[in-house]
Amino acid sequence: MADVVTLREAKAGPGATRQAAAGRFGHRVRRNLSAYAFLIGAVLCFTFFSWYPIVREVVMSFQKAVYGGGYTWAGFRNYTRIIHDPMFWQAWRNTLEFTLLALVIGYAVPFCVAILLNELRHARGYLRILVYLPVMLPPASALLLFSYFYNPQYGLFDDVLRILHLPTSQWVLQPGTGFISTAMVSVVVASTWMNMGAATLIYLAALQNIPGELYEAAELDGAGLFSRIRHVTIPQTRLILILLLMLQVVATMQMFVESFVLTNGGGGVGNNTQSVVMLIYQYAFAYSGASNYNSASALGVILMVVLAVFSGGFLWATRERG
Amino acid sequence: MAGFVTAGPRLVRRRTEATPAKRTQTPTATRTLISSAQLNRRRGRITYGVILTLVIVVFTLVFIGPLYFLFADGLKSTQEAIATPPTLYPHHVYPSSYSTAWNRLDVAKLLWNTIYYGFGALAFQLVFDVTAAYSLSKLRPALGNVILFLMLATLMIPATVLVVPQYVTVVDLPIVHVNLVGSPAAIWLPSVANAFNIFLLKRFFDSIPTDYIDAAQIDGASRLTILRRIVLPISRPILGVVSIFGLVAVWKDFLWPLLVEYGYTPTRETLNVGIWQASVGTPQNLIIAASAMAAVPTIVFFLIFQRNIMAGLTAGGIRG
Repeated sequence: MADVVTLREAKAGPGATRQAAAGRFGHRVRRNLSAYAFLIGAVLCFTFFSWYPIVREVVMSFQKAVYGGGYTWAGFRNYTRIIHDPMFWQAWRNTLEFTLLALVIGYAVPFCVAILLNELRHARGYLRILVYLPVMLPPASALLLFSYFYNPQYGLFDDVLRILHLPTSQWVLQPGTGFISTAMVSVVVASTWMNMGAATLIYLAALQNIPGELYEAAELDGAGLFSRIRHVTIPQTRLILILLLMLQVVATMQMFVESFVLTNGGGGVGNNTQSVVMLIYQYAFAYSGASNYNSASALGVILMVVLAVFSGGFLWATRERG
Repeated sequence: MAGFVTAGPRLVRRRTEATPAKRTQTPTATRTLISSAQLNRRRGRITYGVILTLVIVVFTLVFIGPLYFLFADGLKSTQEAIATPPTLYPHHVYPSSYSTAWNRLDVAKLLWNTIYYGFGALAFQLVFDVTAAYSLSKLRPALGNVILFLMLATLMIPATVLVVPQYVTVVDLPIVHVNLVGSPAAIWLPSVANAFNIFLLKRFFDSIPTDYIDAAQIDGASRLTILRRIVLPISRPILGVVSIFGLVAVWKDFLWPLLVEYGYTPTRETLNVGIWQASVGTPQNLIIAASAMAAVPTIVFFLIFQRNIMAGLTAGGIRG
């Protein structure tokens, strides 16, 4: 009997540790399995609708469709073809024009408005709601309203000009592709009205975080209003200013719905409000003859690279030194 | 300095004059660009009054003015809506423009579609993104950090750039070979792939002390129970932010619903795409009336949730 027990004990010794190790391993596997069970839905959605399309965009831009279905490699042919499309350069020029105008109008205005609102001691809630209200509208509602105002025959803006005996304008339908074209300014005005609320409120929150002592100290040192803005307000909100500048450029470079709705999908007179994303849309879905997912993907890759280079370069140039 | 001292009693008097409601709007201690002392001087007070009035008038004109025409011009007849000079208010009120627009554009259907897509997308986002963020934050599976990095990396890719490959993918989903175009899933499922949600939720879950979760685990609670009974109740603020922005995103989206719902099954359009599509060949006053009706739900939604929306915009949003 004693022999058996010792034998068992002798056998149990290493077996128990192995069992324990297997148990720990099993525990870890089970832990991971349940953790992945929680993750799986999101991971599948990211795979199908985000990660895979990113890869596929690059792949498609180097392919061409084969008659009868399927794709074959095309090298850089999609890229060379779209670069030779005059519309390509027109769209880039327009997009840069929109981005620059949106910076001049849409970037400066919210900051000034936020500074102004932050100084007011009354009606702050009301004014804040006012500024943010257009952001909540469905873009089609807001833009159809603006295209009603911009209408050259019966629009409100021309009516006002007529009452003032000023020359009327065609607004978004004004021909001409000068660098600051009336058409593009009209698009930017509508876009700014629609979108400025979000930036204003973010600035406002940043302004409220500035310690009051800084202003006090600056004032005691004899700093006037503008030098206080210059030396206290702007440095204190620098991070937000830089971040929103980058986000705004990236967002405005992707302009689509404003021009699309205001010009009824047409891109304006002589395509003077045609944007890059509109051109992607037209390459992929609207052009009848040259309609082609591959050219659209090539243009998408170019836009992606341009924006990535811009954001990377911008973050590098504005990084905290020291 | 003298002005600073003498401003003391005046400041107190001003505060006592203010009604309690007003006092909550003006946090007393914070000093801004212009000191209260300067504002309380005679000249300061006059300038301040003038600027305040000007700001209120200009802002009301700029932001409410267009909205006034949005709602008022829907009440005009077609002739009056396009008359020159314009009428400041409808001289003959035609409420029938609204009912005609409602019927002709089938606004009820568009509205229902948008709500259906919006809440469906929200449900999918809440289930999948919350569980994923919980797993990445608290369960920490092997390679979890790699997955998190890959998810956050998609924030660097601008959304509209991916529209074409996304569309091609949705037309013929790899492996399963299902065409989602025209089905609500074409809006619901891609909305889950939202790295910003994952980021916000995970960051919030990270701040929940592990002690709570360990204690519940010792009591024998399963992971799902812990998520439901401990994590979610604490996370109500962030869930509110994610929900509001999830709904608003679907409501305001244009290009994606235009591609996946329009053309194939016209009755499945969202409000945003539907009124744009109808805008060609429909009398102007009807389009304005329809646009006004499309704007009502979001305006009401905003007025109800404005505090949460503004807090989410600043606290949950950019400042992370």
